[in-house]
Amino acid sequence: MTLDSKIPAGPIQEKWDRHRFDLKLVNPANKRKFEILIVGTGLAGASAAASLAELGYNVKVFCLQDSPRRAHSIAAQGGINAAKNYPNDGDSIWRLFYDTVKGGDFRAREANVYRLAQISSHIIDHSAALGVPFAREYGGTLANRSFGGAQVSRTFYARGQTGQQLLLGAYSALMRQVGKGSVQMFPRREMMDLIVSQGAARGIVCRNLVTGEMESYSGDAVLLCTGGYGNVFYLSTNAASCNVGATWRAHKKGAYFANPCFTQIHPTCVPVSGSHQSKLTLMSESLRNDGRVWVPKNPQDKRSPEQIPEEDRDYYLERRYPSFGNLVPRDVASRAAKAMIDEGRGVGPTGLSVYLDFSDAIKRAGESAIREKYGNLFDMYHHITDENPYRVPMRIYPAVHYTMGGLWVDYNLMTTIPGLFCLGEANFSDHGANRLGASALMQGLADGYFVIPYTLGGYLAQAKLPKLSSSAPEFKEAENLASEKIKKLLSIKGKKTASDYHKHLGKLMWDYCGMARNAKGLKNLLSQIPEMREEFWKNLALTGSGEELNQALEKAGRVADYLEFAELLAKDALHREESCGGHFREEYQTPDGEAKRDDEKFSYAAAWEFKGVGREPALHKEPLSFESVHLAQRNYQ
Amino acid sequence: MKFFLEVWRQKNAQSQGGLVRYEVVGISPEMSILETLDVLNEQLLEKGEEPIAFDSDCREGICGMCSLVINGYPHGPEKASTSCELRMRHFQDGQTIIIEPFRAKAFPIVRDLVVDRSAFDRVVAAGGFVSVNTGNAPDANCILVPKDVADKAMDAAACIGCGACVAACPNAAAMLFVAAKISHLALMPQGAPERDARVINMRAQMDKEGFGHCANEYACEAACPKEIKVSNIAKLNREFLRAVVCSDK
Repeated sequence: MTLDSKIPAGPIQEKWDRHRFDLKLVNPANKRKFEILIVGTGLAGASAAASLAELGYNVKVFCLQDSPRRAHSIAAQGGINAAKNYPNDGDSIWRLFYDTVKGGDFRAREANVYRLAQISSHIIDHSAALGVPFAREYGGTLANRSFGGAQVSRTFYARGQTGQQLLLGAYSALMRQVGKGSVQMFPRREMMDLIVSQGAARGIVCRNLVTGEMESYSGDAVLLCTGGYGNVFYLSTNAASCNVGATWRAHKKGAYFANPCFTQIHPTCVPVSGSHQSKLTLMSESLRNDGRVWVPKNPQDKRSPEQIPEEDRDYYLERRYPSFGNLVPRDVASRAAKAMIDEGRGVGPTGLSVYLDFSDAIKRAGESAIREKYGNLFDMYHHITDENPYRVPMRIYPAVHYTMGGLWVDYNLMTTIPGLFCLGEANFSDHGANRLGASALMQGLADGYFVIPYTLGGYLAQAKLPKLSSSAPEFKEAENLASEKIKKLLSIKGKKTASDYHKHLGKLMWDYCGMARNAKGLKNLLSQIPEMREEFWKNLALTGSGEELNQALEKAGRVADYLEFAELLAKDALHREESCGGHFREEYQTPDGEAKRDDEKFSYAAAWEFKGVGREPALHKEPLSFESVHLAQRNYQ
Repeated sequence: MKFFLEVWRQKNAQSQGGLVRYEVVGISPEMSILETLDVLNEQLLEKGEEPIAFDSDCREGICGMCSLVINGYPHGPEKASTSCELRMRHFQDGQTIIIEPFRAKAFPIVRDLVVDRSAFDRVVAAGGFVSVNTGNAPDANCILVPKDVADKAMDAAACIGCGACVAACPNAAAMLFVAAKISHLALMPQGAPERDARVINMRAQMDKEGFGHCANEYACEAACPKEIKVSNIAKLNREFLRAVVCSDK
């Protein structure tokens, strides 16, 4: 199968407008005849569900948690970008587009990114109309702040809880449709399999997590809005239940998985403290607006931070990148922190952290101004570390945060399976090899509010979809397979828990496929994953049954997926013999340690086709052409 | 550190539950109470026993999924903290810690420490929104919101929907949760057109779900991990009065 990205013809500024005109429409009276299944209720899923129901489609929505409001978009802190240019500082659609393509290290699809920048302003308008309490200026207009990777202030925010407020906005729109009966909500469900019938996605099989029953739902299209796969590293800033299950299971049914090796390590997280730690907590990138990152100049300097005088401190980001300073993009900031720690200049009890210091900002603006901007983040830090960041510098360390890779989608957000769409972090499309701060919220909501309502109609209007009942043999077969897998997991009765395997896998992934990667390490990793997978299926410890709420069983199923998926991630990382964005191969770097891209050989999206567990996946390439932004080495100096 | 945990175990909604005593060792002060339960669960699994079911997700105090009553306090005795943020340094080595689910008629127990809070979703579906379809919005700066009003609305909107207010209330009232949403939207100009219907419908749904009445105990405010103030309840009552008495609808 050849990849057709379906990028519309014409100048980049006109592509989306022309495409919206060219897409076939579904008659309003016919919309209610279509059944749309949406998996996941984060920004992408909730906004898509609400918008499609408003148009008149019948929508069924599924989520793992007890309520759709819990999806992990809720934890996004810093903000959402939009090319409003309210501050009059030179922003434009073109600049947001340019910054995003450059920030993604020229591995994103230009047409998609341009559309994202075009839509960005509408997201702010719609969210404000829904009652999202954005930060305001005294005159009542919206406030902005700056964020990494940009030299303009285009980030809208609601204190340090922007993701929460945007999600609650989308959730309220979703619940309004639930109240009207146009959306049916199915919480505490996990998608076990995708149903493909006559070449099109036609339904899903879910496990009811409370009763353990398998449930079949048929539909005319399926939207996966299930987030990223950062938890393959075990420790990440993701929520405990974030998983690769839905996208991986769809991949096994024929959806290509693109660029899995593009994973983002966020530079400002609370450092690891002990072996029982279950997650890492992000400290918003917005803190780098006012905080200065430093380490002692001398590795032997073990004084406490306030005793280290100015001349003995190395503000290494300001030194290495004078024009962007502390606001360099995430991948650059993370690697710089790693370099300091590798030099032995890390601080704190483990030596695995650097300082993020607010004393200058507090002196300049006063403690209350800092509290106003970041109060909840400072409190969160205080809760975790028992240290008061108003008095002593924060200690931070990079942690896995976001995954740019995901299911391959065309311009319409459709995967390689007709009728299967993928939105938000779960797809691969807009961020290339590195996502800029405050762009995830933008993309999730752009996909759900403003892209899918058009492109889904375009698909449904021309698709020939025979009636398919959820009691069709396809569904029974998938239910049986899912039940058998659960029985198999429960029958192993071994010695090691799913968490043990997850931790072990995560450690290997972090060591060999984390902030810096090399061929030797990746080959070593690739030899260990299949062994671990084999052992997992022989020695897993699990109790209880499949006919009840069994959280250990849920976890085991997700770890089983990670043990398959991790291999693809490592293979992708090994095959991409260049450094770009979040993918840093030690063999490919400039003399001063910056990432060295190879545009001759690797200017493409790598879309992998599943060929069986443990079998070599097939690589398909979508060439990326850059007509509007000139390929250049990223330079933040 | 070493702890004795007395944990509520209950097979399912129909069965009888009770406290079971466990010992956990090797706990460090920076671990959270949920990570302590993780350690205990790993031990139980390795012994072939069924682990304790409890809800949690983001583990950084924002998703509202965790829902434990710890030594009698929803989310534990620390102020402005969710269960997942509660660190073991707040307990003494060797202490006994009693862990129960949130208890309220409207939050039936699903298993062990897991409860069903879908009543909250139904209350929101009854009116906790602004009716604006995608595509309808004017430019965001067409709707001016004074900074102090936006700040107050944000204070109320910070609610994470965990239900600790209900669990803390002797009447299992949901007033603080409902009041937070009513306040947030009543303060914003965007919420004004549906102000009356919203408060009437959300209140009616709240009663229908079996939540109790407010008796001014203020236990909700004390338990709220996001420090939502009871003054919002006064606002809810004013909004309600206004809607039923003054409204010309």
